[in-house]
Amino acid sequence: MSDKRSSPMEKQQARVGVYVCHCGSNIAGVVDVVDVAKWAANLPNVVVSREYKFMCSSLGQELIEKDIKELGLNRVVVASCSPQLHEPTFRNACNRAGLNPYLFEMANIREQVAWVTTDKLEATKKAKALTAAAVSRVAHQEPLEALLVPIDSNVLVVGGGIAGIQAALEIADSGSHVYLVEREPSIGGHMAQFDKTFPTLDCSACILTPKMVNVGHHKNITLLTWSEVEAVDGYVGNFTVTIRKRARYVDEATCTGCGVCQEKCPKKVIDDVFEAGLGYRKAIYTPFPQAVPNYPVIDRENCTYFIKGTCKACEKFCPPGSIRFDQKDEILSVKVGNIILATGYDLFDARQVSNYGYGRLPNVFTSLEFERLTNAAGPTSGKVVLRDGKTQPKAVGIIHCVGSRDKNFNNYCSVICCMQGLKFAHLVHEKTGADVYNFYIDMRTAYKAYDEFYQRVLEEGTLFVRGKVAEVTDAARYESEKGRLIIQVEDTLAGKQRRIAVDMVILSAGLQARADSKEVAQKFGISCSADQWFIEKHPKLDPVATMTDGVFIAGACQGPKDIPASVAQGAAAAARVMSIISQKEIEIEAATAIVDEKDCVGCQQCIQVCPYQAISYIADIKKARVNEALCKGCGTCVGACLPKCIGLKHFTDTQLVAEMIGAMQTMKDFEAISAEVTA
Amino acid sequence: MTEPKIIGFLCNWCSYRGADGAGMARLKYPPNMKIVRVPCSGRISPELVLRTFREGADGVMVLGCHIGDCHYSTGNHRTAKRMPVLKKLLEYSGIDPERLYINWVSAAEGEKFAGVIRDFTEKIRALPPFMETMK
Repeated sequence: MSDKRSSPMEKQQARVGVYVCHCGSNIAGVVDVVDVAKWAANLPNVVVSREYKFMCSSLGQELIEKDIKELGLNRVVVASCSPQLHEPTFRNACNRAGLNPYLFEMANIREQVAWVTTDKLEATKKAKALTAAAVSRVAHQEPLEALLVPIDSNVLVVGGGIAGIQAALEIADSGSHVYLVEREPSIGGHMAQFDKTFPTLDCSACILTPKMVNVGHHKNITLLTWSEVEAVDGYVGNFTVTIRKRARYVDEATCTGCGVCQEKCPKKVIDDVFEAGLGYRKAIYTPFPQAVPNYPVIDRENCTYFIKGTCKACEKFCPPGSIRFDQKDEILSVKVGNIILATGYDLFDARQVSNYGYGRLPNVFTSLEFERLTNAAGPTSGKVVLRDGKTQPKAVGIIHCVGSRDKNFNNYCSVICCMQGLKFAHLVHEKTGADVYNFYIDMRTAYKAYDEFYQRVLEEGTLFVRGKVAEVTDAARYESEKGRLIIQVEDTLAGKQRRIAVDMVILSAGLQARADSKEVAQKFGISCSADQWFIEKHPKLDPVATMTDGVFIAGACQGPKDIPASVAQGAAAAARVMSIISQKEIEIEAATAIVDEKDCVGCQQCIQVCPYQAISYIADIKKARVNEALCKGCGTCVGACLPKCIGLKHFTDTQLVAEMIGAMQTMKDFEAISAEVTA
Repeated sequence: MTEPKIIGFLCNWCSYRGADGAGMARLKYPPNMKIVRVPCSGRISPELVLRTFREGADGVMVLGCHIGDCHYSTGNHRTAKRMPVLKKLLEYSGIDPERLYINWVSAAEGEKFAGVIRDFTEKIRALPPFMETMK
């Protein structure tokens, strides 16, 4: 190992300042911070050691800046929270005082000590060990200059639901170009399927379709529907995205969207995407009349021509002659600087809750089915009827929290279901005059004008039963129950079991992460939570950024969300992207790998293990060389290099060994002390 | 009875964040393991682990992202190949390979992280101090 090879003392005597943070009582409640600061004053190279209530406050930062200037500090250690939270804060403070930010090091004594250790004495010892490790490391740190790269102003937005639409429009209006990629034939997402939106009861299509049309016509938006992202390469400012544009078998340039093909197509298919299985579409179709773009796709699986080789009815009748049975998938490669993922959610599959009978009892509906049923453009033209298509229900039961807040399925609250259940109650009342029962665990009607809507529905006469429904059954016990659905529930307010006979049951099914969210996350280099939602950079302070620079998330792909919240996140993600674009250049990781060409033997091991093809072999000198713009600083090459001639800046062997020794030495010292005490 | 001294090399993107997650959830675990943060578990050269044992560590932990989740796409593939070979080498040199622990902990797995630390600390506590075995 090279830890003995270079001593930083030869170059410049390290003058380290140590700052131990109380974090209110977060750290100081468990760790004796005063003791840690006093003790750290005796560590090698330490010139000053202080403790302060909140190091991240402006006063705390000024303390550091003042010491750098007045005491001539050339290294700074802050022992506080996780570097994920405040490393940038303190690096900036150092920078303001003229100290290179890479001469700063952090000891994490909150997340890794105070919050996880019960014994106060042990916690203080661990805090000392981590502080000593940082002090030992920082002496070997070297100044680095971040590389500036230009930012491509094009943006990729994945997902054309309301969040993606909002993000795309904001960015396009600002003058940057957007590629909007959508998997389905039309944009619009789940919102296009809904009838009314809570709490204002605006018609969903009326407020959504103008935005869709704007997307379709915007000069700064390239709309790629029926398309999927296949691969993503590069880094913030410079991504290369490979997109598969699936064959529509329709020439987009000449198609007028007249719809004759859909009329003439003889093949009817159950539409289980847009109509939630309640209605039909043709084998050549647009999902709904206001689809954007308005040219149809041919569903190969169901098209008679693709199955049997004959038919071609659409081709025969198409006025502009736009049908192209020989069309192939296109692979596009686009360059973008930033990416916004707005891939939405899947509805919880209510079949899993078998005691509620969905899929077995015909008059049990899911929330999405009911949305289509009550939608004027839906399969029943907005008439609320039973599965037979004609009978109006006299009593309707709406069950909340189906698949949510349930240990057997999803622990989380799906956020939208309470308000959705209230909206359904209102619509059923208005359209049928039926008795409506809402079965809930807790009513959650936070946010503006939501609780007022709840009051309104209460006044309309909807009956509320607090309790988790045990079963929905058609097994009648009494004459009055025959031919109806019986809801068995414990009414926890009345304290008794009840059987309530209804004609229709609506399951307010929860929201789930997309079935392929894990796969998508891997493609874009971000992470998923245990429930498979995409993870944001910070749950409160950075909700639309991710750990991967240049990749943002918006809408329900991050967690259950209603329309206003999705729109807000779409706009927020767009604002973040626009702020990056307006910087024109961005600093990329300065901690890149570097080859010591003197010692390199040209074995090319590093080239084999590099995940980014950032190392090339210079044949005429038989040496490896790193392209700093491509290197992301993982250091995998360092782990593989046998002659130890490739190094990773800011994570050099010397630095890591110094850090390890700092921690080890402290542990050994404490061990010796406790041995003496015992002796 | 001496307390085991353990060093953990954790990747910045998954395991270090898993450790932060354990902190945010206030999960308690023994204080023996001290974390050295590295960008990727692929950065951990066998020499770094050996050097840590030489310094007197009773146990060394290498934690990275789950395969397929690596922030650098395939950095942890190298760890998955390298560390078992290193374990063989340890065994060959007369060092109990159980003293080197490799696992994958994601940013969402605070609970797993705390569990892994508890289990490994107990395992090492049951072994004699490393330096005594080297005498």
